[in-house]
Amino acid sequence: MSTVTYREAVRMALRESMTADERVFLMGEDVGRYGGSYACSMGLLEEFGEERIRDTPLSESGFVGAGIGAALVGMRPIVEVMTVNFSLLALDQIINNAATLRHMSGGQVSVPVVIRMSTGAGKQLAAQHSHSWEGFYTHVPGLKVCSPATVVDARGMLLAALDDPDPVVIFEHAGLYNRKGEMPEPPPSVDLRTARVAREGTDITLITHGGCLWRTLEAAETLAEQGVSAEVLDLRMLRPLDWATVHQSIAKTHRAVVVDEGWKSWGFSAEVSARIAEESFWMLDAPVRRVAGVEVPIPYATHLEKASIPQPADVVRGALEVVGRG
Amino acid sequence: MSTYPGRGLALHLLTQMVRVRRFEEKAAELYSAGKIRGFLHLYIGEEAVAAGAQRALGPDDSLLCTYREHGHALVRGVPMNKVMAEMFGKQEGCSRGRGGSMHLFDTEHRLFGGNAIVAGHLPLAVGMALGDKMAGRDRVTACFFGEGAMAEGEFHEAANLAALWKLRVLFACENNGYAMGTALERSESQTALTVKAASYGMPATSVDGMDVVEVETETRRVVDGIRSSGGPAFMEFRTYRFRAHSMFDAELYRDKLEVEQHKKRDPIETFVARMMEAEVFTPDDLTHIEDKVAAELAEAVAFAEAGTLEPVEELTRYIYTEGV
Repeated sequence: MSTVTYREAVRMALRESMTADERVFLMGEDVGRYGGSYACSMGLLEEFGEERIRDTPLSESGFVGAGIGAALVGMRPIVEVMTVNFSLLALDQIINNAATLRHMSGGQVSVPVVIRMSTGAGKQLAAQHSHSWEGFYTHVPGLKVCSPATVVDARGMLLAALDDPDPVVIFEHAGLYNRKGEMPEPPPSVDLRTARVAREGTDITLITHGGCLWRTLEAAETLAEQGVSAEVLDLRMLRPLDWATVHQSIAKTHRAVVVDEGWKSWGFSAEVSARIAEESFWMLDAPVRRVAGVEVPIPYATHLEKASIPQPADVVRGALEVVGRG
Repeated sequence: MSTYPGRGLALHLLTQMVRVRRFEEKAAELYSAGKIRGFLHLYIGEEAVAAGAQRALGPDDSLLCTYREHGHALVRGVPMNKVMAEMFGKQEGCSRGRGGSMHLFDTEHRLFGGNAIVAGHLPLAVGMALGDKMAGRDRVTACFFGEGAMAEGEFHEAANLAALWKLRVLFACENNGYAMGTALERSESQTALTVKAASYGMPATSVDGMDVVEVETETRRVVDGIRSSGGPAFMEFRTYRFRAHSMFDAELYRDKLEVEQHKKRDPIETFVARMMEAEVFTPDDLTHIEDKVAAELAEAVAFAEAGTLEPVEELTRYIYTEGV
């Protein structure tokens, strides 16, 4: 067991995969000489050379598309998009190509590309660097979408994504890169199918993922002090979603709150809530509730930024209302 | 005017152009009969480009095309049966009826679409060439697109990447003068397309896309250059679409006289006239080719008619790899 940061866990996976499989390479803006905008690939250029730690020009559509093309001829590219907002410049490639090529060709081609991007607010980077668009990508059949929250998943999901024959988008919350966690020895492999019960409880299920997991766990601790036993689900995979685990937990607690940093309306939390209403309604003792992003472009000022995304106190308040103590 | 090809090559080029022309005439007829639906973009008038340019490609090279790609698919060797069945939406089609006219795929022939987002396949071509280079393969990736694509950012991103990384990509621009209904001079500040491409430091050539011999000779020369230099090149094929953009197009944006003028440059008729005059072809050759193509086409239509519909129970297949 060793303590590593989330960033180091990503780097472990990059190094391991590139060492094990010469088809794997990393490309993106400033991944090489700069070391990655969040320093995930620091030192890897010296280790693997500039062919495989490939700096790209500022051409999101061009290099994400190039990653998809390289996957079509058998490579295992990891494309790093500096931040989630920039990925919008590559939406055409991700949605019109990566997600559709297999289907349009009647199953003839596979697109084993992995696209990593940082997501989320909390660093005062304002309205063009801080959004949470997991919901956009999760909407699209043909993509698999991961949201690793722990160091074990940060490493393991990247490796599992590289083993997967289909396009995988990985969201890494910008607020997690410095976060430390325990990495067992040897590091465990993980799957791209199942959700994880991050904390067991009996009174209410708090469903979340990614950067919100830690704030939700903090809320669960506060709730425990107030006599409410909250179960926390770390969804891990947003598409496909492990519905059995969600359903099972609600069958036990009969109450649910969905916590997500994305905007509340039409978003990821809207889908999860709708599905609870459709498939788990008869097990509920209270209406499902969402604690999600406020409908505003993320502001710069720190107090406003904090107010625009779910904080532990918001989760506590939401949960107390659902258990009838709000 | 280009020089004369040998008889064998001349017959091959004519056969390919006639296959494409007759196939598309039949497709238009079947569209009117309701057998083919959706968009149908005809290549009629542009056949010399596919027939001539593809001679430069070997079976291991990769090919990406636009949504006006029936001609390319047929010349590449995708069986006419499978192309027609695809347009009928039958599961015997080359994309199992999931793609239709705009998305013909056949990995056995290394045809990667049928791509219907203008310029969206250019970055794919760059990546395929990058993967080939990294894996030590000397394949060429030929990427065909219309002149409308050159107004898109993805053209510029792709051209820059291919030149920067020295990749074996043929950027093949089929300039038929119109991006749907918008003429080149109404949509681009720089209408000399080779100038745009050359700004990325790659060789750029413009050829008469109505002259199959010039297309054949020049593309071979350019692709040989790509193979020996290891870097990309750009070609403009100046051509003209005789038919409407799609079956929904009333053609309000161009003069009928203009179309008639261009039809005088019909790539098939002008080639036949030259080859007859030079006594390379005999009238028997023409009859023989037409008969052979008519038989192939009749069989393709029968094959498509007899094809089966994929069961609706299979609707959600081919989205993710199965059995993972």
